[in-house]
Amino acid sequence: MVMDITFKDVGYTYQVGTPFESRALHEINLTLRDHAFTAIIGHTGSGKSTLVQHLNALLKPTSGTVTIGDRVITPETNNKNLKPIRQKVGMVFQFPESQLFEETVAKDIAFGPMNFGVSEEESLKRAKEMVQLVGLKDAVLERSPFDLSGGQMRRVAIAGVLAMKPEVLILDEPTAGLDPEGRRDIMGMVQRLHQENQLTVILITHLMEDVANYADQVVVMENGGVVKVGTPREVFSNVQWLRDKQLGVPETAAFADQLIKKGFQFKQMPLTETELADELLPQLPQAGRNDNVE
Amino acid sequence: MSNKLLLGRFIPGDSIVHRLDPRVKLLMSFYFVGIIFLADNWQTYLFLFLFTMVAILLTKIKLGFFIKGVRPLIWLILFTVLLQMLFSSGGTVYWSWGPIVISSYGVVNGIYIFMRFVLIIFMSTLLTLTTPPLSLADAIESLLKPLKVIHFPVYEVALMLSIALRFVPTLMDETEKIMNAQRARGVDFGEGNIFQQMRAIVPLLIPLFVSSFNRAEDLATAMEARGYQGGEGRSKYRVLSWQLADNLTILAFALVTVVLVILR
Ligand SMILES: Nc1ncnc2c1ncn2[C@@H]1O[C@H](COP(=O)(O)OP(=O)(O)OP(=O)(O)O)[C@@H](O)[C@H]1O
Ligand SMILES: [Mg+2]
Repeated sequence: MVMDITFKDVGYTYQVGTPFESRALHEINLTLRDHAFTAIIGHTGSGKSTLVQHLNALLKPTSGTVTIGDRVITPETNNKNLKPIRQKVGMVFQFPESQLFEETVAKDIAFGPMNFGVSEEESLKRAKEMVQLVGLKDAVLERSPFDLSGGQMRRVAIAGVLAMKPEVLILDEPTAGLDPEGRRDIMGMVQRLHQENQLTVILITHLMEDVANYADQVVVMENGGVVKVGTPREVFSNVQWLRDKQLGVPETAAFADQLIKKGFQFKQMPLTETELADELLPQLPQAGRNDNVE
Repeated sequence: MSNKLLLGRFIPGDSIVHRLDPRVKLLMSFYFVGIIFLADNWQTYLFLFLFTMVAILLTKIKLGFFIKGVRPLIWLILFTVLLQMLFSSGGTVYWSWGPIVISSYGVVNGIYIFMRFVLIIFMSTLLTLTTPPLSLADAIESLLKPLKVIHFPVYEVALMLSIALRFVPTLMDETEKIMNAQRARGVDFGEGNIFQQMRAIVPLLIPLFVSSFNRAEDLATAMEARGYQGGEGRSKYRVLSWQLADNLTILAFALVTVVLVILR
């Protein structure tokens, strides 16, 4: 089944009808295609987390409609029978390690699938698979999740969502607070899931390098609205515009931007170091010669 | 979820009631519960009702928020009123069936009790809507101070109270977050039979406990690192100051008492 997700004129207000009302989203029109890798970027408080919680009906729009595959969610939608959506759309929250609760890692990972009616035996089998997938050793399966390091807990929490075998995977800043290697590991794993298992991935991140390296579509948010949708190259080609939105650009793009101001020319905005080097080399008068190093 | 827990939450504002000393508001709320028992006829109830309405007007907060305060208790109130109506006799009897009598006396008493409940709830809602929880804790500390002579641990109790109050919103956010995370893993909260519902609570409570203990430990470390000693000689960031308006408030309540005594 095609799992396109479409937002039509979606608005969301927290705590409607109270003096604490705060409008977090307005007039969102957006399509997230099946099998795409979408990155959502935006200044803190721009509504990214609120937006993605609509993708598995944890939040229902206060106006407009969200279509998830063949299910239409409107403000009137009943809270019952949302489970099939939640199984298909797996969600890894910001700091997901706070959701661990079982005695052992294996049981915690098996918790999700068992809630969706998978047998205990099959769920524990998946737990074993997933632990390897997220780069942990089999030995952790029988340990208490509370005895693990922060980074290991994060991986267990991600494994717990992957074990549900979702078709869409949402990750809300999955690498926040991890060391560079942990970051690379997790992003590498997400990319493999996207490429090998055809998972639709939606990634919220503040790391523009990750956007440049992995995403094929970028959604830029500001003050609860979507201000731009495009490929990473389209979005990152206007460095000044992004800075105005209080967003960064990948180091390579920032570097290229500086060079452009100094008179260099680029056919397209380089997003990776290789691209940058390839375009830069022919323009350097003494490329490859190092006899004038001081 | 969080909408339901809104009840009695502080609503920031700049009205004269907001600016009153929290000690006055606390004391007068209790005092009001006391004097409401002086009311015994329609004139006194009407007078107290008008007084309460004026107080509410002064807060510049919509009446709706006060009425919302009554809602969770409405069944208890109606039950009490019904008991009063059905089982007290006297005056003209309208209808009777065995021990159950509806009399004019019962009906009037029922209405009075209803008024009493509503006015008390309005006044205490007024206190919590216009006073930040931490100011309330300060007020309690200040009012308990005399108990130090009998070695009551005033500072410690006040500190516990303010920490508890400070972390209520944090804990509520945390609860919401963990509930959402577990919902995403297929938990249905508030569905199914009582046994299933209790089971659904476990994946919520354990992470909540773990994070609360971690937070408590962090807080203790942070306080020690900053040299917290507690107790004697510690100055306060929020200083309570008694002003003319506070004296006038007390005067107003004294006048209300006098009027009540005259009218009853
Ligand atoms: N539970 C809530 N109650 C009320 N307002 C909320 C709640 N959660 C978020 N908001 C508000 O909604 C807006 C969007 O918040 P959201 O969490 O979606 O931002 P974000 O883009 O994910 O930010 P960050 O990058 O910091 O995670 C913010 O202004 C925030 O204050
Ligand atoms: Mg967020």
